[in-house]
Amino acid sequence: MALLQAKNVTKQFGGLLAVNDVTLTIDRGSIVSVIGPNGAGKTTFFNVLTGIYKPDKGSITFNGQSLLNLRSDQITACGITRTFQNIRLFNNMTVLENVLVGMHSRLHAPMWNIIFRTPTMRQEERQARQKARELLHFVGLDDKRDDLAKNLPYGDQRRLEIARALASEPKMVLLDEPTAGMNPHETASATRLIQRLRDDMGVTVVLIEHDMKVVMSISERISVLDYGIKIAEGTPDDIRANPRVIEAYLGKGATQESEATHQDPEITTQEAEVHTTPEVRRQKPAL
Amino acid sequence: MAQTNPQSSLQVGTWDQLKTRLNRGIWPYLLITTYSLVVTLLLFRNPSTSRNTDILFVLFLGIMLLTYKMALRPEFKLAIAALFLGIGLPYFGTLNPFYMDIATMVGIFVVLALGLNVTVGFVGLLDLGYIAFYAAGAYLWAIFSTRQAQNIFPGLAHLFPVPPSWFFIFMLLALVVGACMGLLLGSPVLRLRGDYLAIVTLGFGEVIRVLATNLDRPVNITNGAQGIRDIGRPPLFFEPWVREMGVDLSQGQLYQLFFYFLVLLVLGFMIMVVYRLSNSRIGRAWTAIREDETAAIAMGVPLVRMKLTAFAVGASFAAVMGTIFAAKQLFINPPTFDLLRSINVLSMVILGGMGSIPGVILGATLVTLLNLQLLPRLARELSVLQIPSQFDPTQYQRMLFGLLLILMTIFRPAGILPEDRRRQELEGNAIDVPAEIEQSPPQATEPDVGMKS
Repeated sequence: MALLQAKNVTKQFGGLLAVNDVTLTIDRGSIVSVIGPNGAGKTTFFNVLTGIYKPDKGSITFNGQSLLNLRSDQITACGITRTFQNIRLFNNMTVLENVLVGMHSRLHAPMWNIIFRTPTMRQEERQARQKARELLHFVGLDDKRDDLAKNLPYGDQRRLEIARALASEPKMVLLDEPTAGMNPHETASATRLIQRLRDDMGVTVVLIEHDMKVVMSISERISVLDYGIKIAEGTPDDIRANPRVIEAYLGKGATQESEATHQDPEITTQEAEVHTTPEVRRQKPAL
Repeated sequence: MAQTNPQSSLQVGTWDQLKTRLNRGIWPYLLITTYSLVVTLLLFRNPSTSRNTDILFVLFLGIMLLTYKMALRPEFKLAIAALFLGIGLPYFGTLNPFYMDIATMVGIFVVLALGLNVTVGFVGLLDLGYIAFYAAGAYLWAIFSTRQAQNIFPGLAHLFPVPPSWFFIFMLLALVVGACMGLLLGSPVLRLRGDYLAIVTLGFGEVIRVLATNLDRPVNITNGAQGIRDIGRPPLFFEPWVREMGVDLSQGQLYQLFFYFLVLLVLGFMIMVVYRLSNSRIGRAWTAIREDETAAIAMGVPLVRMKLTAFAVGASFAAVMGTIFAAKQLFINPPTFDLLRSINVLSMVILGGMGSIPGVILGATLVTLLNLQLLPRLARELSVLQIPSQFDPTQYQRMLFGLLLILMTIFRPAGILPEDRRRQELEGNAIDVPAEIEQSPPQATEPDVGMKS
């Protein structure tokens, strides 16, 4: 069943068509990756989905509701949250507070109740803290809840972003390069976490990712953008074999070469190579 | 707090060791009691306005800072504050009205600084026209408590000036008017950031001041540059009770006490409001906006509403203080509310520590004391040196103040008592974790990365 339907979404910056007529359907409870070379419009597409940019054309329906005329914070309240490519935590707030801010759309105590600390407000606050700690526990940061966000190591900051995104009780999270800049070890643990978002929390996950090992191992469907256009969509195996995708990543010559050698082994770039190594296949059942 | 935490104990100096030792067990209670009693007694024995009294007065206010800094039970801290601010200071005020006046002004400016801190410190929106809200409150009471209002409503002339007891209604009215003005200023500047915002708010402050100067024609509303005099005062409703208790004070002294306690009351309420707001969803949203606006929106923080709330909260308290100020001074004119005042309040916030409530209180106290009492005193003391009149030190008050600001920004850029979110979180630790969470096995703890290589 479709949770999110984006139809013919177009976003233009001056003469640049950052997202060009992209149609994408995301099923409830799935893990979907959006990949593509740098500058392909992936992050812009996320920004359109979360209301940071308004699309020039097209429609976006989430959970049966149009998102077109909603502000970012209203979209969050509807159930879409995100993380950012370049981590954007609230640096001078504590880890716990970061998560509590994520909960904003679920807290309703009016100013009057806050000033006079009414029992309802206090209970809401207590429950919020409780839930924030549960989320921190889920991502493995509960013991660091009182640290300032800026003092966390890099991998933990990424985890915190995920916990903060989960705080608004989303139906869908958009993860923008969740493993960027991580070492292989951190990447593996982040991949496990993403898997658990769906399996344990029941959240639909859409991720932008450059690490093909991650993409191929956890995605159920993959969409490929290039120059703002969706050039391919399908299961990881479809995408791996798709000549247009290989062309987008490696240029025309590579396609011919790979066709000549019946795909795979000769492809030399790291990204393309990684997903075919036996190590990945071994890892998959463990996830 | 002054308590040393384990991490820093690696490199503690003798001073820190001493501080830690003195801040444990019964020591802080003994220290604070001795200190405050000695200072208070000395102060009471020196009621004349002099250099020594100035120093003692500052030391006396230092009781509050020490109490805040030391590891004492919260009830004890509150008791100390109530005792010395509620009894000690007013009693001294009856001996020397000058210091009473200074204490009241300190209170007024602390409230103003706390209000400005909401927009500047919490939300990070630079507001250079903050004093406009203060002016609005002051003019509101000034106009309606004098014959000035008759010019505005000629048909209802018999209603004005309003009876003195309406002062309290006008305080509430000022709260509303201030909040509305905050919204009025807030809504057009929502899309602006940084420098642009500062310029627009600066313009707003000037507009209000220019309006106050020029609204004497065609209808005389503000009485222009001459200002409004003989502003009404609230009734001394408690006078009979005080007299009954055998306290023999003049009307002037009673008014001083009255305004002092009124300011103290508003101040107490203000501290409660900002403290509670800052620890709530609203305060967290404010800080989130300051830290990263885009991320805040993406996390579901309604930017417009939160920014407007901040403007309204800050402005409403400034307006309330304006009414008290007008009633206390009996006379206001436009230059009272010029840009320098706005900058002055801003410097209190920055000096104390943006976003830090105790810091801002300290900053406002220090700056007000410096401006009203210490710098003039210093200038007077220096005049003994027989410096030629061209270099008269009284001229250099502002320069000394400027120098102090520069030194502060170099050596303590985050303010004297910077915002400390970790300490606040200690309260969060007290929250119970449900049993199932504590017992659940530590999940997927990753082996140390270093072990792999």
